[in-house]
Amino acid sequence: MEKVVFKRPKYMKEAPFHYCPGCGHSIIHRLMAEVIEELDIGEKTIGVPPAGCAVLAYDYFDTDMGEAPHGRGAAVATGIKRTLPDRIVFSYQGDGDIAAIGTAETIHAANRGENITVIFVNNSCYGMTGGQMAPTTLLDQNSTTTPGGRDKNRDGAPIDLSEMLAITRGAVYIERTAVNSIKNIRKTKKAITKAFKVQMAGLGFSLVEILSPCPTNWKMSPIDACRWIDEDVVQTFPLKVIKDETG
Amino acid sequence: MRGSQVIGEAAIRAGCRFYAGYPITPQNELPEFMSGAMANLEDGTFIQAESELAAINMVLGASMAGARAMTSSSSPGISLKQEGISFLAASELPAVIVNTMRGGPGLGNIAPSQGDYFQATRGGGHGDYRTIVLAPAYGQELADLTRKAFEYADRYMAPVMILADGMMSQMMEPVIFPDPVNLSKLPSKPWILNGAKERPSRIIKSLILGTVAMEEHNWKLARKYEIISREIACAETYMTEDARLVVVAYGTAARVAKGGIKRAREMGLKVGLLRPVTLWPFPGNTIRKMGRLVKDFLVFEMNTGQMLDDVKLSLEGKSNVHFYGRPGGIISTPDEIAKVISSLYYRQHLEED
Repeated sequence: MEKVVFKRPKYMKEAPFHYCPGCGHSIIHRLMAEVIEELDIGEKTIGVPPAGCAVLAYDYFDTDMGEAPHGRGAAVATGIKRTLPDRIVFSYQGDGDIAAIGTAETIHAANRGENITVIFVNNSCYGMTGGQMAPTTLLDQNSTTTPGGRDKNRDGAPIDLSEMLAITRGAVYIERTAVNSIKNIRKTKKAITKAFKVQMAGLGFSLVEILSPCPTNWKMSPIDACRWIDEDVVQTFPLKVIKDETG
Repeated sequence: MRGSQVIGEAAIRAGCRFYAGYPITPQNELPEFMSGAMANLEDGTFIQAESELAAINMVLGASMAGARAMTSSSSPGISLKQEGISFLAASELPAVIVNTMRGGPGLGNIAPSQGDYFQATRGGGHGDYRTIVLAPAYGQELADLTRKAFEYADRYMAPVMILADGMMSQMMEPVIFPDPVNLSKLPSKPWILNGAKERPSRIIKSLILGTVAMEEHNWKLARKYEIISREIACAETYMTEDARLVVVAYGTAARVAKGGIKRAREMGLKVGLLRPVTLWPFPGNTIRKMGRLVKDFLVFEMNTGQMLDDVKLSLEGKSNVHFYGRPGGIISTPDEIAKVISSLYYRQHLEED
């Protein structure tokens, strides 16, 4: 007898990913689809994809999906959730989307304690536009707009958005994970599961920041990109539970 | 009832169940009204948003989820909302946006103005689209057009703007409200995002990467705008039957003009009023037909000449188009308009048979 040990999750469409080799988005998409299936919430989940590399997320998730303008994911998700409070609403956002152009929307959604789940993918650059400096670009990291590396005096230092969000009173659960190793991928899935459970329990704002490799714009091999997260990125963005008030 | 509150009460009666807004004068009475009204409804949501951008994008989300949703602001705030209005138009989502115009550009002032005509009727945001624009002039019309705004938004799946000004939002007038809409009896929306239960999943988006598909979408919107133009263009006429001079004005300017026309009639001048009720679609056909008999039109606006362009386009150079404008938040008096009318009347020798 044949036994199925690995298959496409129920809430992933049968579509090949457009992401670059070694990119973390496809892993994160899969983890989310697995969680949505395991929690049996696929028929009541509405996702809000961003502008950025993951803009086409609606082609992959087999749940209702409503595209937000750049940075406005938390505001659009708020509108959906307040209209349909018994549905599960997530926004999926990159670092430029959430920590630059959409900072205000994100902080205020967290502060209001909107009962939504935000998946914040941090690859420390603007991926889709070709690798410009993001708010999360590390000091000394090269980008197409920080030739010679990000300089604190000229470009400012990377922003700790998750830590900032943690001090808002409405944020209930915030964790930073990574998808650069099997161990970290497992932890990420746990964190995503917890974030959705927080919403299902109606506790308030939940967010998982996921450090994700971008070999194309980092100009590294996928293996080196995964290694660089362990060696460098976590020095600036340590992997940890930043806030947990789920009690 | 105060104008802003009339819009609020009419919106609730039209089934509006989601409002998000940001404080800005001279329309704060509207969000204040909505906060109380929504609190009294079991299924109502009021959010004081952190910004105009957040407010319009919350409305975008609520509309995706099927709510009759509204936001409101005044000129500088409406500029900020244009991103969301473009996305609403592109994604074919219904929503109602109230613009209580004030003096501009920039921060301007808080006095009544009609400076946002171009922004409202030309789309306002980026891309090839139109926004339905309704221009109330009376308290009763604030109520009636607010009801219509929600109906048009749903029927045409498009953003609808109510273009008022600080005068109308602050003025108190008696109003008879229509009965509340029974939300359960409205046509269902088979496109909303409410979870893919026993149906395929749905996508609402505006990204269309393929140029051929994008062109198709642009033409699809254009065909819709053609239908809207045919179906809802609307204007009121007043004493135009024998008129030799017709004043074209909307909103507060039209009310002032009416007073001026009454005085001019007392002087024996044959003057009438044409008041566009829809600014987009512009009631060009009504003006064009009138142009067969009337050789002189006076466009009166509380700006330096914006609707003037649409009147000229409608008349195709076949009549004389004159202009009188008071920008900056100045409200003309009926006497002032009567003087403008009479001097123009005699200058054009309209008294001669």
